[in-house]
Amino acid sequence: MDEVKLINCMRCGMCLPHCPTYRETFLETASPRGRVALIRKVTEGELDQSERLLDYLSLCLDCQACASACPCGVNAGELVAEFSCDRKGGEGLNFMEDLILRKLVPHPDRLETSLAPLRLYQRTGLQRLVRHLGLLKMFPKPLERMEGLLPTLPARPLRQEIQEITPSVGTERGTIGFFLGCVMSLIFSEASRATIQLLTSLGYKVITPKNQVCCGAPNMLGGDLAGLQTAARTNIEIFAGFDLDFIVTDCGGCGAELKKYGHHSEGAAEAFSAKVRDISEVLALHADELALLLQPLPLKVTYHDPCHIAHCQGIRQEPRQLLKLIPELSYHELEAADACCGSAGTYNIAKPEMADRILQRKLDTIAASGAEVLVTSNPGCLLQLKKGLAEQLPEVRILHLTELLLQSLRPPSSLNPS
Amino acid sequence: MDSSLLKELQQIVGEQYALSDRASLAVYGYDSTPELESRPGVVLLPACRDEVIRIMGLCAAAGVSVTPRGSGTNLSGGSISHDQGVVIQTSRMNKIIEIDEENLTATVEPGVITSTLHRQVEARGLFYPPDPGSLHISTMGGNVAENSGGLRGLKYGVTADYVMGLETILANGDLLRTGGKVVKDVAGYNLNPLLVSSEGTLGIFTGITVKLIPKPQAKITMLAHFPAMSDAALAVSAIIAAKVIPATLEFLDKVTIKCVEDYAHVGLPLDVDAVLLIEVDGHPVVIAEEAAAVADICQKHRCSFFQTAKNNEEALKLATARRTALSALARLRPTTILEDATVPRSCIAAMLQVIQDAAKKYDVTIGTFGHAGDGNLHPTCLTDERNQDEIKRAHQAFEVIFDAAIAMGGTITGEHGVGLAKKKYLPRLVGESGVRVMRGIKKAFDPQGILNPGKVV
Ligand SMILES: Cc1cc2nc3c(=O)[nH]c(=O)nc-3n(C[C@H](O)[C@H](O)[C@H](O)COP(=O)(O)OP(=O)(O)OC[C@H]3O[C@@H](n4cnc5c(N)ncnc54)[C@H](O)[C@@H]3O)c2cc1C
Repeated sequence: MDEVKLINCMRCGMCLPHCPTYRETFLETASPRGRVALIRKVTEGELDQSERLLDYLSLCLDCQACASACPCGVNAGELVAEFSCDRKGGEGLNFMEDLILRKLVPHPDRLETSLAPLRLYQRTGLQRLVRHLGLLKMFPKPLERMEGLLPTLPARPLRQEIQEITPSVGTERGTIGFFLGCVMSLIFSEASRATIQLLTSLGYKVITPKNQVCCGAPNMLGGDLAGLQTAARTNIEIFAGFDLDFIVTDCGGCGAELKKYGHHSEGAAEAFSAKVRDISEVLALHADELALLLQPLPLKVTYHDPCHIAHCQGIRQEPRQLLKLIPELSYHELEAADACCGSAGTYNIAKPEMADRILQRKLDTIAASGAEVLVTSNPGCLLQLKKGLAEQLPEVRILHLTELLLQSLRPPSSLNPS
Repeated sequence: MDSSLLKELQQIVGEQYALSDRASLAVYGYDSTPELESRPGVVLLPACRDEVIRIMGLCAAAGVSVTPRGSGTNLSGGSISHDQGVVIQTSRMNKIIEIDEENLTATVEPGVITSTLHRQVEARGLFYPPDPGSLHISTMGGNVAENSGGLRGLKYGVTADYVMGLETILANGDLLRTGGKVVKDVAGYNLNPLLVSSEGTLGIFTGITVKLIPKPQAKITMLAHFPAMSDAALAVSAIIAAKVIPATLEFLDKVTIKCVEDYAHVGLPLDVDAVLLIEVDGHPVVIAEEAAAVADICQKHRCSFFQTAKNNEEALKLATARRTALSALARLRPTTILEDATVPRSCIAAMLQVIQDAAKKYDVTIGTFGHAGDGNLHPTCLTDERNQDEIKRAHQAFEVIFDAAIAMGGTITGEHGVGLAKKKYLPRLVGESGVRVMRGIKKAFDPQGILNPGKVV
């Protein structure tokens, strides 16, 4: 633990109103300032790592809204994550963590296969039967929640379907390496398809390396730094095999992790991270051209900032700018748009009660915005909000940014007026 | 903490709102004041006035000290409790009870966040002017207890100018009502101003009624650069002498300008001595004239750059430098000591010279920004708490600065309060008789000395 990072906190409290768990509890222990103080007191030997203390720290969503608000550049979310990593480093992974983080996540084939029974479960109508009979109540709680979160899976993961090279439409302006996030590929493949199509429509050749692996964010979350480093090395090597202008992802979580590869190792990692862009950043570079390709969509739309995009990558303007390019779309800003939705990786399964309270706030602001379509751009948020909307605001549709842009994209035949 | 007392307190607020585990107590031992910390015995989060009354009653009977706490953002150690004392955090008492559009008042519970009140009243075309830099997190109770000021202080005054009525729980658990919704009230001693800025030592506010005013229709934001500090200071005086009272008249000194530029790259030239951010608000026709006068005065005082924002977006841009001042300074070193020595407006240039000289003499870095219009300066020392020698020198520099402020007819604290941090300097400012009267007042309110003991006097 880097001592300076801890003492940089001047306890001004500017982070408190931005912290979702402080807003819910008003407890100093559930605030970024309090978390930094707890970690500092442990490292200085003033407090033990009591179960109580670890429990307080585990309430952190790592949404990093505090980092955006901090005058001194302290990132309490990251410090809590580092602290857990250090602890884990000492203890080693348990059986389940080892199975999931080392044996499953880094191997796309295995990961995809592991979801096959689920797909079967959904397709055979078994899901409807189970839900209808209320059998889920017999599952352990976390499993019941996971089941509830899952939307219908695509027939096949995108990774298996997509060609490695998708040529540009019209003259080629450059080459993009597409980093296909696990969850995007497995669950939100339509959005990633849209991403590729938007990029090719703007003249990019898109390369989607088949052998790329998970970005490693789940390892970091599980306190498995070594696992993350292996993932980083693999991906860096794979993408280094192509001559690329950018490495693009449409998953906020992956983007945030990929941009940080440089922090964990040097040289090639820094060069890799420097090329990483969220899809909105690249599309916004060509806003003028994109505007010419879009046709009217008379919809009331609002945007939820994923933490991994707004707080971790500092991207706020681009998605809004892109939505406003769509003719006849009326954009309604969401109150506290960059407040976490409570998804936060596996938080909504680990801390269901807090996650639900945070989700409720978000749903209330969505209802108040009067929007018919909620746009966001991170799979965790999509899962969490999809479930929340289905239960409380079924009239509001939720789409990934690229899905909505694709709906507005003129058909290819009319694309190249020249 | 006595376990039977603890049990009774738990029963009042409910177990989940009575924190007594080691980890919780450790993080309720600080507020935003550097270098100060204690270890309370229990932290209570009552839901309503009744619970506060019962807590106070029990603590008075047991002779246990009580420290009220809002969000713990004060800069004078005011919410740092006695070791083993009781802390009452008011955050759950956060209802806006009423916004009375006929009498132009708002009545709130003490835990309401300042900017929440702003939003609610502004949605009705009304205005609550006090705007401390901490407005998104500070509570109304804390603002009243510290008599907080803000950027709009020059034209609109400070918290005390808006408090009309208070509901206060006294040290023995009695309820005291002072003032109310009437503008004129001369019945007996005027206790409101006494309670405002009492820093939690005279009572615990459970209800606060503040005055509202109509929201100004428009505002114009301007920015000026001055190669010479003395010219900037003269310009400030000239603006006021021209009978223009800006809502905001903020300045940054050279050290701050350099830090802001290094950090935020907003395009500030490094050869200027001072930057002024000026905002006039009110009727569009009037402020257009005022803005023209301000421009004229700044030009006459040799500003090297002047810009008037054409729209909201530009206004935000112009305000960036001032907004990022604290961040830019705070990032430089681990420890930031932010003070609020205040002098009559006419002494600003002299005071800045004192600050610069003190920084040089004691070899510490001090950046100064603040409210030029009302003479409230924020000399901010950038240091490292691990370096005891440097910390000592920082305090020596501040001693010189405070003494100079007193000598110029100013004060040791314009808005942060005395608390623990400035206790040593208070007698120098108010003298023996001042201290005696203040102690007498404290005794009259709290003969046992259990309310936020050790603070102020
Ligand atoms: C970054 C930053 C910027 C700031 N900017 C400004 C500024 O521009 N102007 C300014 O004036 N201050 C400023 N402050 C100081 C601080 O925010 C104010 O003093 C604020 O009013 C404190 O509010 P709080 O809710 O945090 O109160 P706390 O810090 O919790 O308490 C402050 C004092 O009030 C007492 N108190 C709290 N609630 C009650 C109650 N219900 N009844 C009786 N006593 C009570 C406490 O005992 C304590 O003595 C700033 C602080 C920071 C960290």
